[in-house]
Amino acid sequence: MRFLHLIWGNLTRKKLRTALTLLTVLVAFVLFGFLSAIRQALVGGVELAGADRLIVRHKVSIIQLLPVAYQARMERIPGVAAAVHQTWFGGIYQDPKNFFMQSPVVPAEFMAMYPEFILPPEQMRAWLATRTGAIVGRKTAERFHWKIGDRIPIMSPIWMRKTWEFDLVGIFDGRDKGTDTTALYFRYDYFDEVRQTQNWGQGLVGWYTIRVKDPAQAADTARRVDEEFANSPAETKTEPEGAFVQAWANQVGNITLIVAGILGAVFFTILLVTGSTMSQAVRERIGELGVLKAIGFTNGQVLGLVLAESCLLTVLGGGLGLGLAWLIIARGDPTGGLLPMFFLPGRDLLLGFGLSLALGLVTGLLPARQATRLRVADALRRL
Amino acid sequence: MSENTAGQSALVRVEGVEKVFHRGAEDIHVLSQLNLEVPAGQFLALMGPSGSGKSTLLNLIGGLDRPTQGTVHVGGDRLDTLSDRALAAWRARHVGFVFQLYNLIPVLTAERNVELPLLLTPLSPAERRKHVATALAVVGLSHRAKHYPRTLSGGEQQRVGIARGIVTDPTLLLCDEPTGDLDRKAGDEVLNLLQALNREQGKTIVMVTHDPHASARAARTVYLNKGRLTNEPEQ
Repeated sequence: MRFLHLIWGNLTRKKLRTALTLLTVLVAFVLFGFLSAIRQALVGGVELAGADRLIVRHKVSIIQLLPVAYQARMERIPGVAAAVHQTWFGGIYQDPKNFFMQSPVVPAEFMAMYPEFILPPEQMRAWLATRTGAIVGRKTAERFHWKIGDRIPIMSPIWMRKTWEFDLVGIFDGRDKGTDTTALYFRYDYFDEVRQTQNWGQGLVGWYTIRVKDPAQAADTARRVDEEFANSPAETKTEPEGAFVQAWANQVGNITLIVAGILGAVFFTILLVTGSTMSQAVRERIGELGVLKAIGFTNGQVLGLVLAESCLLTVLGGGLGLGLAWLIIARGDPTGGLLPMFFLPGRDLLLGFGLSLALGLVTGLLPARQATRLRVADALRRL
Repeated sequence: MSENTAGQSALVRVEGVEKVFHRGAEDIHVLSQLNLEVPAGQFLALMGPSGSGKSTLLNLIGGLDRPTQGTVHVGGDRLDTLSDRALAAWRARHVGFVFQLYNLIPVLTAERNVELPLLLTPLSPAERRKHVATALAVVGLSHRAKHYPRTLSGGEQQRVGIARGIVTDPTLLLCDEPTGDLDRKAGDEVLNLLQALNREQGKTIVMVTHDPHASARAARTVYLNKGRLTNEPEQ
């Protein structure tokens, strides 16, 4: 701390140069924050996926339906604790850009399968008592200013090509920060009854989620499930929930690799820019560094001063950039619903700070070494 | 601390010192078999033509450089055997430097410049402020404490440089052409100050200068020519 005024003074010596370098670092870390939030939105579900949950889908494709009768057969398979089903509804609320997921479910067993959805008991009771009842996640309720008692019209281009109406009986919250609270769930019995009127899709569901009794035996259980339905008209493919979410995200591409690639290029550029700034700053001050050494500063102290200066520059730029990114990201999903889990995780925020510090150390190391190698008598001659 | 071989009265003792610089394949002998003793409390002027090795000798006495051969003792410490780290610590404790071009840090105020050597001591901020105020008062610049070097005249900057040199109360003050960049009036003020520091505070001063007017203020003058010391200027 006793050297802070000296470090700060050196940093603010060439104000324009420092400001421009700071701005470059800041922009890089805004980008880092934003890409981290996008990555979180696309693959964050993998981390939140239940270790004891498996997804069972049609072997050919997720869009192929499975018989509802499979549920009872699955629950009889050794190792399976429970099974629930969901079906892609694909409805549109007012405008196609107002995207959020909807799915028919069996309320009690669905909520038991997903303890990360928190629904007040009285709202649960209302849902069980209302055939046209639906519950929605907090994010979507706030997005469309819905409140309990509202009647929600949703047009389904898949199911009956008509506008379905649901009575909003509950709003659920997420147990964890990353829990997706954008979906709307309504009752399967209501859904299937309406389908009967047009005699299409009746008794079919989209996919199953099963809970295994022992996560360590999940692979065996998955194999047993697929064997149970082998050689049937609707063969299955069973995989851990995390792998399912990952495969879903991978339709866009390997998000982590793409993000790492972009950030790698950005940080390499920043490394050159900041490194060049620091080298220039040290070159300009060779004489002054010589004076510091003459009055008793050791090589280690000079090294520390130069490193502290470069770290202060990058941590300041990085901190401001991450702060700005956090502010932008806190405004919510910029796509209007395609990225329901769009937020900057604390882990990435810490990683960002760590990166800014590492950037400072790496960019400062070369000029700092240059400063320590300086012979005092030579440095004083350069004044 | 290294062995104490210096005499009781000699603060600085340079014995058989040679200094050779290498420029490509060529060896340049700057100092040859040089001996010098500076008693404690003496104000010594070191004169000689450009390239005679005055600054090199000053650097050796100040522990900024090492002799190729020979020994340098200051106040009982043999400098040529100290490690870089020990030498830095020794400089911080025992020597004050005054440079021709003042060499103040432009981004720091006068008081912050004077405070720099104290940052290497365990003194508290309040104690440092007290020492800085005293040093600035000695050089008569208390009223300019908050000023940056660019707002000070050359003479004032050199006085800040002297305050920085004496703030740790060093045994030895080494001045390299302290009036070389000043006009006569400002130069006289600086020389008066150095004389006062020598007479009133007993500081041992070694001053390199080209200027006979400056050397006249010293108690003793030695001349360096072609790497050798004499008591008379070469005719």
